[in-house]
Amino acid sequence: MKKHILAVTTENKPGVLTRVTTLFRRRGYNIESLAVGATENPNISRMTIEVYGDDQVIEQVTKQLYKLVDVIKIVDITEERSVDRELVLIKVKADANVRAEIVQIVEIFRARIVDIGRNTLIIEATGDSGKIAAIEDSLKTFGIVELVRTGRIAMVRGLTK
Amino acid sequence: MRLKGAEILLNCLKEEGVDTIFGYPGGALLPVYDALYHSDIRHILARHEQGAGHAADGYARATGKVGVCLATSGPGATNLVTAIATAYMDSIPLVCFTGQVGTQLIGKDAFQEADITGITLPITKHNYLIERTEDVAQVVKEAFYIARTNRPGPVVVDLPRDVMDNVIDFVPNHEEVSIRGYRVMKGVSTGQVINAIDLIKKAKCPLIYAGGGVVTSGAASELLEFAEKGKIPVTTTLMGIGAFPSTNPLSLGMLGMHGTKYANYAVSECDLLIALGVRFDDRVTSKIDEFARNAKIIHIDIDAAEIGKNVDINVPIVGQLKEVLQVINSKLEVVEEKHNQEWLETIERWKDEYPLRYSPSVEGRIMPQHVVEKIYDLTNGDAIIATEVGQNQMWAAQYYKFKNPRTFLTSGGLGTMGYGFPAAIGAKIACPDKTVIDIAGDGSIQMNIQELAVAVEYKLPVIICILNNHYLGMVRQWQGLFYEGRYSHTDMSHQPDFVKLAEAYGAIGIRVKEYSEVEPAIKRALAVTDKPVIIDFWIEREADVFPMVPSGASLTNMLGGN
Repeated sequence: MKKHILAVTTENKPGVLTRVTTLFRRRGYNIESLAVGATENPNISRMTIEVYGDDQVIEQVTKQLYKLVDVIKIVDITEERSVDRELVLIKVKADANVRAEIVQIVEIFRARIVDIGRNTLIIEATGDSGKIAAIEDSLKTFGIVELVRTGRIAMVRGLTK
Repeated sequence: MRLKGAEILLNCLKEEGVDTIFGYPGGALLPVYDALYHSDIRHILARHEQGAGHAADGYARATGKVGVCLATSGPGATNLVTAIATAYMDSIPLVCFTGQVGTQLIGKDAFQEADITGITLPITKHNYLIERTEDVAQVVKEAFYIARTNRPGPVVVDLPRDVMDNVIDFVPNHEEVSIRGYRVMKGVSTGQVINAIDLIKKAKCPLIYAGGGVVTSGAASELLEFAEKGKIPVTTTLMGIGAFPSTNPLSLGMLGMHGTKYANYAVSECDLLIALGVRFDDRVTSKIDEFARNAKIIHIDIDAAEIGKNVDINVPIVGQLKEVLQVINSKLEVVEEKHNQEWLETIERWKDEYPLRYSPSVEGRIMPQHVVEKIYDLTNGDAIIATEVGQNQMWAAQYYKFKNPRTFLTSGGLGTMGYGFPAAIGAKIACPDKTVIDIAGDGSIQMNIQELAVAVEYKLPVIICILNNHYLGMVRQWQGLFYEGRYSHTDMSHQPDFVKLAEAYGAIGIRVKEYSEVEPAIKRALAVTDKPVIIDFWIEREADVFPMVPSGASLTNMLGGN
């Protein structure tokens, strides 16, 4: 079992996301994370799907996805040289005593403070999954009030044939 | 040309070559039915939308053309669901048009609103909700294209009322369909074909396992040539029945749970399994680890996702079966008899030792297998046979010797009780010159009996042979074998008088309780030309379907039939 990242190009039409998620649910595949949005072409969407499975499962996922009429292309970019990023917003407890310490952590991770409340801070961080996990871990001791992640998006480096 | 959406719809149907649609009107479809009033497309009025769906399916299976059905919004559309799922599981090309509330009302829980595209998402090949009248022509074209190409399947097209009512300038579009995410499969990978031929030449004990894909692809004559050239015995799945003549010496009949013993032995002993248009369904493989355990496997299918789904494959070939078999046949030299001789002799011995057999009739009681054999004799094996689901279906599959594709209509994948009779109606409308018989059970026939009115109205001489054991026989059989005879809610003794019921609808009813009356009753029914006939055969109540592989056991572990 291994985590795979699938870059899926689809028609940008209502219901396409439902078709994809229905397929995963019906066939019993588990989506680890999913990010979707329009691309440089407004008629085309791009989904980045993280899914766990051995090679056979991933092969089935790919073949089943290809059967969806609205799916145009699927690339398993797990083994490709690629850049992947995730964005996370973390609301952390931060009274006056610990603020300085939190600011320091934020700097180390090159994250940003985007909101200051009376007893909380909202921190925005981007990075690969390892970095996101590390910053989450570092802030845990202060008490995380709320956390939202976008899911991973990824892109292959350089020009592809 | 200024046309209403509904008129454009009918224009497009004619463009697709549609001559018949099966439907049931309703509020949301008023514009469509108004357009149909002046149209020369034949509309067959079902008595329940499920009946319309199965009739379109029977029409499609009997002809290979796309079946078309029409149901109104809300309950009309949801009544189609079982028929759509039935077609989906068996890869049958259907285009199902459903009425929908006006676009302004969608999402407002309007009267008779149901999210039918959402509901049918997992049971359609694709579906559409048309939002603009301008899109009607393109969507209809795509729907038919998707339904009939590659691995066929049902496509739902949802038609909001205002989209059908609006008038636009219509310009017919004769361009080929081109869909970015959908390519029609063409061509054959020669490399894999060479690998396949290599395995075929080396095999000492080869076996062909042929399924519904052979029928769909129209590859029956290529299969016959392939089997005879290679001297390779052929077993078929339930869906593959008719793809290979059961009277051919190389035929082993059906394999699987209620397959012949010799087919199941052959698949367990073969050293090469050539899987053609099949999907290694659990009713075929039973215990998957022991299925064809000594064999290398060649799998040819149009759907890449079927290859490697359930078992590992040595030589995968994705393509149109007809095309692939033509290439194989052109490259395969005629195999000498002696090459497979030992294997063919072993199979002959199994055939002699373990033929299909059933207990003889006692005290004039009627054995269901005998009824099926008589139907075969009296129709010369040329009839189109539809079945319901359960024991009736298995007896029909075992004892009617099918010779031609598209003559056995059965719900193989979904196992839909109530399928057979409406499917028989669809087949009779498609093939008026053929004898069409529904082999039914007393349980299943009650699930769509209302369609008798359709057969009477359109003067369709469809024959319904009810193998009446006053039980839900297949479930009762399992209760008898695996639940110590606790016949929980499977006794169907409370049932209508089927003869009177037939007469009430204006059909003919015949009751048969004696062995000696079986043949005369079938002869009498076959002579009727203008109305349906129900023959109510009161059969031996506790007759079982044998042989039988218990669920999850290995295929060599067969009960009964000795």
